[in-house]
Amino acid sequence: MRRGVLSDRPATMIPAALRSVRLLLPALILGAIGTLILTPVASADFLSPENGGSPNADSINSLYWILFILSCIVFAAVEGALIYALVKYRARKGAVPAQIRGNTRLEIGWTVGAAVILVIIAIVTFIQLGDIRNAPSTDQTAGLQLPEQPTPGETDTPDNSAFPKNGRSLRVQVNGQQYVWRYTYPDDTPENNQDNAFDYETMVVPTDTTVTLEIKAQDVAHSWWIPKLGGKFDAIPGHTNYTWFKVPGKLADTTFRGQCAELCGRNHANMIAHVKAVTPDEYTAYIERRKAEIKAGNAAAAQKRQQIEGEQ
Amino acid sequence: MAATTAAPTTGIAPVPQITAHRIEREPTGWRSWVLTTDHKRIGIMYLVTTFVFFILGGVEALLIRLQLGTPDNTLLTPETYNQLFTMHGTTMVFLFVVPIMAGFGNYFIPLMIGARDMAFPKLNALSYWLLLAGGIVFYASMFWTPPEAGWTMYPPLSNEAFSISGGTDAWIFLIHLTGLSSLVGAVNFYCTLANMRAPGMGWGRLPLFGWTILIYAVLLILALPVIAAGVTMLLTDRHFGTHFFDAANGGDPLLYQHLFWFFGHPEVYIMILPGFGIISEVLPVFARKPIFGYKAVAAATAVIAFLSLIVWAHHMFTTPSPAVVLVFFMLSSFLIGIPTGIKMFNWIATLWRGTVEFKTPLLFAVGFLSVFLMGGITGITLATFPIDWQLHDTYFVVAHFHYTLVGGAIFSIFAGIYYWFPKMTGRKMHEGMGIVSFIVMFIGFNMTFAIQHAIGLEGMPRRIYEYPDMNGLAWMNLLSTIGAFVFGLGILITIINIARSLKTGAIAGPDPWKGNTLEWFTTSPPPVNNFDSVPRIRSVEPMKDIRRQVERQTRPVDQRGEVAPEHTVTGG
Repeated sequence: MRRGVLSDRPATMIPAALRSVRLLLPALILGAIGTLILTPVASADFLSPENGGSPNADSINSLYWILFILSCIVFAAVEGALIYALVKYRARKGAVPAQIRGNTRLEIGWTVGAAVILVIIAIVTFIQLGDIRNAPSTDQTAGLQLPEQPTPGETDTPDNSAFPKNGRSLRVQVNGQQYVWRYTYPDDTPENNQDNAFDYETMVVPTDTTVTLEIKAQDVAHSWWIPKLGGKFDAIPGHTNYTWFKVPGKLADTTFRGQCAELCGRNHANMIAHVKAVTPDEYTAYIERRKAEIKAGNAAAAQKRQQIEGEQ
Repeated sequence: MAATTAAPTTGIAPVPQITAHRIEREPTGWRSWVLTTDHKRIGIMYLVTTFVFFILGGVEALLIRLQLGTPDNTLLTPETYNQLFTMHGTTMVFLFVVPIMAGFGNYFIPLMIGARDMAFPKLNALSYWLLLAGGIVFYASMFWTPPEAGWTMYPPLSNEAFSISGGTDAWIFLIHLTGLSSLVGAVNFYCTLANMRAPGMGWGRLPLFGWTILIYAVLLILALPVIAAGVTMLLTDRHFGTHFFDAANGGDPLLYQHLFWFFGHPEVYIMILPGFGIISEVLPVFARKPIFGYKAVAAATAVIAFLSLIVWAHHMFTTPSPAVVLVFFMLSSFLIGIPTGIKMFNWIATLWRGTVEFKTPLLFAVGFLSVFLMGGITGITLATFPIDWQLHDTYFVVAHFHYTLVGGAIFSIFAGIYYWFPKMTGRKMHEGMGIVSFIVMFIGFNMTFAIQHAIGLEGMPRRIYEYPDMNGLAWMNLLSTIGAFVFGLGILITIINIARSLKTGAIAGPDPWKGNTLEWFTTSPPPVNNFDSVPRIRSVEPMKDIRRQVERQTRPVDQRGEVAPEHTVTGG
């Protein structure tokens, strides 16, 4: 429809009822958006990262929620302003576009506004950062009894935040290879890794114990990630990456699922990782059993090798 | 050719001058396209070629979504799946979004600044043919073994030991060819914008689309050599015995990631800034109101471009990096939110107190505003590195960058197509079909990608060809797949609209939208040399001045001696 500037009907003649309908419309749209946002909040799991298995995952989750709420406010405000402008200032009879070219005060205002929001986000992040990065100590009574150990010196993460201050953490080596994770558990001879217990795919860990992972890769890049146990950390050839998690005692006998998060080839989708949390006593027993199994397996293999060599 | 037809000067020439030896006939038929150096023909070839690649990339996307429609699907093999997402990403970035912006720039920059052509017309043709060559080299690998290490092509996976196929080399060749194409084009844009503006068009009167193409060109010049070096090192690693990225021999795979993203993040803005430019042209025209804060919008573009060069490692928050690096790149990424916020508010303020006409270009521009906001907000969430540790390489990231690139780049490209189609063809596109196309695309887009935030939050990584039936992943992925097809339908409607409007669209005339910029001063489509005469530019909206002047001169005086009222301020 063609609408001229010089219309025969001035704007004031639009019935008051119609005008209130116009105000109602953006309100309704905002309400609808609000409902859309709030309904899934009831099933919060859907809207936030996985958590619950380790304090760092929980801290990331609470940081995420703070940002989420801030984001919702910004989103609703800006979309609201946009929809309001579109509805209120749509072309109609008698309307004259205001020839405004800018407003320095207003522009400085929203520049400062945007900066303030970002400063708030940065401050909140720094407050939460300690809980997310710094590994707590293993519980002295409930956790696995571990000796104090020095933290490794030169690493890629120089502040060693994945190691508790008193050094009491279970240091598991994680090695990514196409398309499986291998875990080497520590023993009391740290200089010799050959006789350690190891596992593929499923890692068994004691509860109430800080587990520090030393993540490496032997072929291509992989990424270690168990969503409920915190963030992901890339395994890159030539580098060692560190992270930690600590499963609370009430979650003994829980298995956490995760998978490789960095494209590592055709079967990237099938590079699954599990972490099974057990009580410290069960863990100690498991490692003994595993060692015995590996010993028996090695002995059987050696015997077989001798047998084959004898036949030749 | 143009020189041979120049009119002889009327003054007294000191020595006899030969101005033309012979008149060459204009080539016709296919030769008129292959041999052309006319920026408009090259622009159209750019637009058509890139749109074809857009369709190819779209089909790849639909195949990907089809595979992910149900859990544990066996429709595609993992090999094919990896090839598809590699082709999809590469196509959309290097063969669609970046070059289609060059296509719009090619066609409209000379027109908008009142020039007869680009500064270097032959180089301009070279840019196009290099682009096409890159696309052909890359797509030819489809008949052998396409690359399958993702569009980022990280070593060691892309090293010869793990990606033996020539597809990876085809990809490297594509980067070289399209990179050269973009570099040559960028130098050309820069020279054109710096030297060939109409009299009176100072930098402060350059249309905002010109500003964004200028900064697009600068970013390309700064960022492309770095990826060129990176992929050349990858090539020599693969075939000539170097070990740049080989950890076992003193190299470092992380070096490649740094080189890639030092280019890769500016690339994001290379893709989106010209889109910002299109939006900044479309909104004032359809709100019948000048852009709010011209200087702020132009300056924000430059600030975004500068910041985009110092945020690259936010793509690498999960790599083994010192905490100080993570904090620096988090804060620098936050900073980008400020100029982007300024733009967003300025655009909304442009609509404020205007008279908004809901034509298709405006709808796409508004669609852009509403979805790009979402991409910006999730961008800040992802820039917070502890949160990124959870979300990195999941579908949350996929959702985020599709909100910025599909919502941002594609919606602005469609706004540009609907806005400039009448200028390029002389015919209008069908409004009704345009509106339907927009609505279907908007719904389909949000259906596809909004839910992908949740998919990522539930722990589904990207680039996996199958996923187990757990955590509600099944229904969420199905919804996303249906959305993708709805989105595809919306695009198809526009394609049909283009096809039918070419033949049967209403004749547009030189200035169907009552535009602000000089391209609307000439006929639709413009003649070979664009303008017979270029007016002196007195503001950032020269067409408004020209219309006002024409009205003053031609306002009819009726029999009673009264001057007819102005009637062209708000065209319908």
